[in-house]
Amino acid sequence: MKTASTSESTALRGPSAWQRLWSDRMTRFCIVVILVYTLAALYGECVYQYYNHGFKIPFTEITLGSLQTPPYNELHMESRYVPPLTTVTFPETSTAQGELIPARKHCYLLGSDNLGRDVLQRLVQGARIAFHVGIMTSLIAIPLGVLLGCLGGYFGGKTDSAVVWLCATVSAMPGLLFILAIAMIAGKGLFGIYLGIGLTTWVSVCRNIRAEVIKHRDRPYVHAARVLGYSPLRILFRHILPNVMHIVLISFSIRFPASVATEVFMSFLGIGVQGEPSWGIMINNARARLWQGIWWELTFVSLAIFLLVFIFNRLADALRDVFDPALRNR
Amino acid sequence: MWRYICKRLLEMIPTTFGVLVLSFILFYVVGGSPAQTVLGQHASQQAIAAFDAANGYDLPLFFGSQYSIDALRKGATGETELAFSLQEGDYLLPGATLVTMLHPDSGELKRLTNQTEINVPAGWQITAITGATEVLRKTRHFFDSQFLRYLKGLVQLDLGISLETKQPVTQVLAQGLLPTLSLSVPILFFGAVLGVTLGLLCAARQGGLLDRGVLAVSTLLMSINYVVWILMGQYLLGFRWPLFPIWGYESAFYLILPVLIGVAGSLGPDVRFYRAAILDEVYKPYVRTAVSKGVSPARVLFIHVLRNALIPVVTYISLSIPYLFTGSLLLESFFGIPGLGSISINAINSADMSVVRAVVIFGALIYQCVNLLTDITYGWLDPRVRFAS
Repeated sequence: MKTASTSESTALRGPSAWQRLWSDRMTRFCIVVILVYTLAALYGECVYQYYNHGFKIPFTEITLGSLQTPPYNELHMESRYVPPLTTVTFPETSTAQGELIPARKHCYLLGSDNLGRDVLQRLVQGARIAFHVGIMTSLIAIPLGVLLGCLGGYFGGKTDSAVVWLCATVSAMPGLLFILAIAMIAGKGLFGIYLGIGLTTWVSVCRNIRAEVIKHRDRPYVHAARVLGYSPLRILFRHILPNVMHIVLISFSIRFPASVATEVFMSFLGIGVQGEPSWGIMINNARARLWQGIWWELTFVSLAIFLLVFIFNRLADALRDVFDPALRNR
Repeated sequence: MWRYICKRLLEMIPTTFGVLVLSFILFYVVGGSPAQTVLGQHASQQAIAAFDAANGYDLPLFFGSQYSIDALRKGATGETELAFSLQEGDYLLPGATLVTMLHPDSGELKRLTNQTEINVPAGWQITAITGATEVLRKTRHFFDSQFLRYLKGLVQLDLGISLETKQPVTQVLAQGLLPTLSLSVPILFFGAVLGVTLGLLCAARQGGLLDRGVLAVSTLLMSINYVVWILMGQYLLGFRWPLFPIWGYESAFYLILPVLIGVAGSLGPDVRFYRAAILDEVYKPYVRTAVSKGVSPARVLFIHVLRNALIPVVTYISLSIPYLFTGSLLLESFFGIPGLGSISINAINSADMSVVRAVVIFGALIYQCVNLLTDITYGWLDPRVRFAS
């Protein structure tokens, strides 16, 4: 209520959204943790590329990497179920090509699983897949939702009816089961997960954007742009869209953890990534051995998922507080 | 009131139609024929064509006057030949130079040359074709399509046969309904009571210790993955301190642990929503009026605020009613409760598409009905809704 009048003059505007975000200690912590996760995921991606496709250095002809079993999938049957913080010595082995690999020491910081694979390395790979899923599903859902929401909200009439109808139809489908069905039909693997989650979750983005665009449709600046003779699409995407962008940011911070949680669930069911350690697959592997007292794998995976989702949830709350003036006094 | 109900009923038609079309597109247009999954990798061309014909998977999707049948194969000489004999019907055989028809009972043979449009009477079959580039079959009428067949099946409650159990899918669903409801109704009930109570307590002292505590805890709760909730619950309350059984569906006692986990798993987002919905009301002018005329805070909260906050709360709860019927996928399969949730999970694991399809459509239709009922209830309870627009 008061922001509309105060934002007229820069002197009274107060700290920017970013400054307000950063001034809160908890939010600052959230952003730092997300950065750490992002770095871990990037590192995981590098490791994955290095061992699976080779790693080409940009602007040079040099390709690093070797096509061999990546460390996170390396089996060490002699050191199964090693508890966290244990150092073991891998015995001397030879590769299939007859190359001799000398004995070496390895420290299992977070223990090993039933095949002697390093839980920490697999966790990092899980972060890589979680980020893939979170980003790719957002890349499907958010543009779709923004486009339809903008068109429906701005043009109204028949266009709007069509958009509302589509939203109502998709939201009537039974959530998780619909995602699973799409993923099944698209085939196993990450692509099915992207499509399944992406094609079902755009509805909330679309509804929020549409409501916001309707609020802006009759504002003076839009009238001014219309009088100037700009085309509707230009008004919509150049003038209105930047003013509703905060919804996109908030939607992303809500969608991301939700997608990660759904991916865990789907991989857990065996629909999803194959042959790579996703968090859901790790939970599924670890759960049978929890009863035998092998607590570390399940605990650390659960903690990793929990922390990422929790941090994003907190960040979403903070973003909402900063960007949504109606909720600011909560 | 009647006008309102009629209006809502009319509004329901396009969405229901949309739901039916969307499921059709997903399962028939994109999904295609499950013949390969049903019959196995090495099924013969004839078996696949027979399966498709029996289940209508070879018909045009929406409409059409003809559809193609995969009945030709490359012969030894490189020419196309018929892979299996064609039964009665109207066929179009573009490019056919010689068609041989046989009446198997009498052994009578007929050879037709340079005829591309052939009607095979009852009792006859085409046994050989030379020169044809494809085999097309005429539909009985223009809308004789998979879509019509699908709608007809829905109306007659015929959703196909389950691959796994070889039972009609409708029967499978009917069997699963009671176990599902016996698990999901208590979860919804206790979850709503607990959530609304906590939401009210938070809103009563906004910013207080209790409010901040509950808010922080509910954010924590909603960040724990559902899979982890179940594993933790089973491990701690079923194994470490064996208070509850973790598998089976024999008495109400078996339902306590899944209900506990279900309530805990959904409490976080629920409390946050209820709190926000109640806080929305707290700043309205009528509350200020009530407070300034000296009504006690408890009365304001429970009589004035709660009644108005009930609308978003009821909407929120009604949104989860459809899921009562489709059930919790994970809870049911982890605790061995033979409801729709575990039926769906089994169907997904064994690629039993007809069951998955049935549950999806069933859930979507239930959603429509519940939406309609909720809106009618609103119109009945709140005149503002009835006379709006």
